[in-house]
Amino acid sequence: MAFGKKTRPPIYGLMAEFDEPHRLIEATEHAYAAGYRRMDAYTPYPIEGLAEALGKHYTRLGWIVLAGALTGALGGYGLAYYASVVSYPFNVGGKPFNSWQAFVPVIFECTILAAAFSAVLGMLGLNGLPQPYHPVFNVPRFALASRNRFFLCIESRDAKFDSEGVRKFLEEVSGHEVYEVEW
Amino acid sequence: MAEQHEHVMGSRQPTQASQRAPVIAPGHTFASVTDKISAIALTTRHPKSWWVGFLISFVLVMMLFYTITHLLVTGVGIWGVNVPVGWGFDIINFVWWIGIGHAGTLISAILLLLRQQWRTSINRFAEAMTLFAVASAGLYPLFHTGRPWFDYWLGPYPNTMGLWPNFRSPLVWDVFAISTYALVSLLFWFVGLVPDLATLRDRSTNRFTRAVYGIFAMGWRGSAIHWHRYEMAYLLLAGLATPLVVSVHSVVSFDFAVGVIPGWHTTVFPPYFVAGAIFSGFAMVVTLAIPLRKIYGLQDFITQRHLDNMAKVMLATGLIVAYGYMMETFVAWYSGAHYEQYMIWNRMTGPYAFQYWMLILCNVAIPQLMWFRQVRENTVLLWCISIVVNIGMWLERYVIIVVSLHRDYLPSSWGIYSGTPWDWSMYVGSIGLFLCLLFLFIRFLPVISIFEMRALVSETDERKG
Repeated sequence: MAFGKKTRPPIYGLMAEFDEPHRLIEATEHAYAAGYRRMDAYTPYPIEGLAEALGKHYTRLGWIVLAGALTGALGGYGLAYYASVVSYPFNVGGKPFNSWQAFVPVIFECTILAAAFSAVLGMLGLNGLPQPYHPVFNVPRFALASRNRFFLCIESRDAKFDSEGVRKFLEEVSGHEVYEVEW
Repeated sequence: MAEQHEHVMGSRQPTQASQRAPVIAPGHTFASVTDKISAIALTTRHPKSWWVGFLISFVLVMMLFYTITHLLVTGVGIWGVNVPVGWGFDIINFVWWIGIGHAGTLISAILLLLRQQWRTSINRFAEAMTLFAVASAGLYPLFHTGRPWFDYWLGPYPNTMGLWPNFRSPLVWDVFAISTYALVSLLFWFVGLVPDLATLRDRSTNRFTRAVYGIFAMGWRGSAIHWHRYEMAYLLLAGLATPLVVSVHSVVSFDFAVGVIPGWHTTVFPPYFVAGAIFSGFAMVVTLAIPLRKIYGLQDFITQRHLDNMAKVMLATGLIVAYGYMMETFVAWYSGAHYEQYMIWNRMTGPYAFQYWMLILCNVAIPQLMWFRQVRENTVLLWCISIVVNIGMWLERYVIIVVSLHRDYLPSSWGIYSGTPWDWSMYVGSIGLFLCLLFLFIRFLPVISIFEMRALVSETDERKG
């Protein structure tokens, strides 16, 4: 294809608008069945099954949070251990220096703190946010994606993308005008 | 839904009317919920009541600043605390505010995990309430140290003095618990706000507000792939916040329970503190929700059903708290410990008997009115009960802290405590700070989670078929 090398395709993609969430899901399923892969749907609230229709079944976020939680737990215990045993051993009521039972609240709080931060930063990182600019915002009607309209965008990077075919396909499934998404 | 329509048409039957009240009034669409809620933040004209409320709370904040300045210049001697009562209003107010915060986390996290749909329209401002309550709470221990410019000594860090905090002390656990709670609540609130900030960005007509909302929305575009991870993150945060909120007030209760003071040294404290926190927090949510829905016409979203459910949660947690009071008394008698028995007797008949019996009236007797549906449906009465509970929970902390400290083992070290005018001005000032932040929040951010309301609209539509 002409844009297979370094030259950028003339547009970011083609975008169709929908009134109803179930029509968007159907259209997405058709598009996936037709072989389109580089596409995304945009909705004003999370819709069950839409990510799956786009071929996205799994997210690594759970593992990131688990790693964060373990880091927090070890870090919390390490902190208490270092302070109470290594750096400043101090006899409190005849308890052993490594009185790990008394460290549990601190370990627990550190675990939660690190896990929560990894959940949020992991989600933002995997989503590529913050992202100040994105081509989809060039479509004037796209402002309604955060109100009451649903959008499906097939991107020009898709291997099967050809302007006319995609436009026809989207017109058929949406019944609305199809917008060109400029870079 | 036939049942819902019946209710709206006014042909409701006296039985089970409130169970039938919908979580969102019928007839709403994605567009109508979006426009209605975002208009509160995006409008240029604000109701007079907002201005009056904001100005009053702003004046109280100025009073708080004045008090703090006087405190820093003169020292904690301006407060009533002295031997033997070293913890007075500062710790009472700290525990009171932290407790109030707990309802926000409960509504946003625990009710999410329990799939309670009705949480949707109250979670956002309840979370905001948590943040501002924690901010007000944080003031007290920080200033109670006496030299707040050394407050960083509370944190564990390598220092030239070669000292570390004692990790076996509940007071150090408290530092960790409260700071974790504040940060996680902030994260939870902010993550929930991101899609709504994107809505405000897309709907604002003013370039400046558009830019500001845009920066905080971080380029959110509602991509399905993003939503997928977003929901996962939100669910995980809820799962993390649930044990956290239970741990926070448990740790606060350890501050007392680990001490050997009669009236503090008891194992019932952690669950009893957590229940009390939820009790007072829901009372504060009701106190705020009733005027909010009235002034901004949000009765369609915060319906009778919400008020009814919150009243029931208050009733249930109030009964747990009452059980706590009963157990304190029973165990003091059953223990056979002389000092414990004296402590309870002194509570009921000593110099602070008035506070104790007022506490029983506010927290145990009056909330029983909420057994009656007519009371739960009467918003004015419910609002008054919520205020009474707020006062009652403050008195509870007063009784626990002051009454236990003022007479311990040695009669030679007994004393009497009362708050000075500076104690009161700091307390009222912190209420002003809380309200001021809340008024700003109402002005600039969506008070109800818009995207969750849209999801709720879609779910109710599906059920209609």
